[in-house]
Amino acid sequence: MNQTFGLPEFGFLLGGLKWTVLLSLLAFAGGGAVGMLVALARTAESALLRRLAIGYIAVFQGTPLLMQLFVVYYGLGLVGIQLPAWAAVAIGFTLNASAFLGDIWRGAIQALPRGQTEAAQALGLHYRARMRDIILPQALRIAQPATVGYLVQLIKGTSLAAIVGFIELARAGQIVSNTTFEPILVFGVVGAIYFVLCWPLSLYSARLEARFAAAMR
Amino acid sequence: MSHPPSDAAPLISIEAVDKWYGAFQVLRGITLTVRKGEKIVLCGPSGSGKSTLIRCINHLETYQAGRIVVDGVVVNDSVKNIDTVRSEVGMVFQSFNLFPHLTILQNCTLAPMRVRGVNKATAEATARRYLDRVRILDQADKYPAQLSGGQQQRVAIARALCMEPKAMLFDEPTSALDPEMVKEVLDTMVGLAADGMTMICVTHEMGFARQVADRVIFMANGELVEQAPPEVFFRNPTQQRTRDFLGQILAQH
Repeated sequence: MNQTFGLPEFGFLLGGLKWTVLLSLLAFAGGGAVGMLVALARTAESALLRRLAIGYIAVFQGTPLLMQLFVVYYGLGLVGIQLPAWAAVAIGFTLNASAFLGDIWRGAIQALPRGQTEAAQALGLHYRARMRDIILPQALRIAQPATVGYLVQLIKGTSLAAIVGFIELARAGQIVSNTTFEPILVFGVVGAIYFVLCWPLSLYSARLEARFAAAMR
Repeated sequence: MSHPPSDAAPLISIEAVDKWYGAFQVLRGITLTVRKGEKIVLCGPSGSGKSTLIRCINHLETYQAGRIVVDGVVVNDSVKNIDTVRSEVGMVFQSFNLFPHLTILQNCTLAPMRVRGVNKATAEATARRYLDRVRILDQADKYPAQLSGGQQQRVAIARALCMEPKAMLFDEPTSALDPEMVKEVLDTMVGLAADGMTMICVTHEMGFARQVADRVIFMANGELVEQAPPEVFFRNPTQQRTRDFLGQILAQH
């Protein structure tokens, strides 16, 4: 049965887009929260915490995301932990994104002059206040372009969720392409949707950067 | 400057302090007592350990032997003691170290609010008072990068004063400044000294030392080589190393 690429097919793609957006949000929220802990552990005074964070980053940066999703979904299933697909994917993306974001933010924290920490210490500010009020606001500004760059990667990376049965945007595109035999058209549309999703982020990031630069001048 | 009475209680007491960086000994048996209201100028060649010494007082550096006591509190690894000492001893750095993402006013109110639990209105009132005192109140809403070096260093002094410290440590406060800005910072420090603040200043500004110091101390190779009131220190140094150092410093100025 041959269909043509029409409104129903476009609607199907948008259904996939819904999952792409949702997975991206989950991955970024989970990856951001855990990644912050990873960055703090990686820059902690405790050598044990630092080593744990180094190991964590090495493992999740050094193995393919596809394999991580596989292990979380099927691996946990094998040992009797049955997670719904969305939860497994959320965990997989959180692990992966937290390693990358943690490392990006670690670098930004370490890029700050030592004097910032010393001045805060000399004023009697504790670790919590030092991080919240002095170090992180500056570090996250430094890290902002890399963070948004990673977020864009992440949005596109959610296509890997197809491996555990998710019909997100790229998988939806594949299905529509198979039924319409119009791969160029279909994947052209899919690509355009990804672009519409990602490009405003890059624009927004550039605007934020300019605003921060102006504020500090 | 009038000398404080010699029976005044010691505010900072450094007793036989040793410090090593690995195998290299940076502080050798340093003993020094600073009374309340006393002004000390520490000078010496670079690498002599003078910055390291004052950074031990507020535990920015650790020491391996001896003891430092600030107003009855021992500076050791106890977090509580370190907190107490840091909230009572202000520090001004060579490179200012203002917080670039905060306004001048916020730079001054942050620590009183977070450390002392002062409310915002009170913290701002205090900050404005000290910013006025270092004659920079009109810049309160700007960011550090909008100010000159001399202005930034005066803000750094005000920021430390906002914690109402019992003593102030100055780590080469004018060394990073353009020559024309040195005077405004020194004038601020002279004013602070006149108000009776206890001060330890690492500086090569010998004019400042003459004008303000109760004692000038010469350090070399991690030791206190010589200490004397400025009139004696500059006229009659007893140690050859002090004479050599003074010869070099005074030739430059």
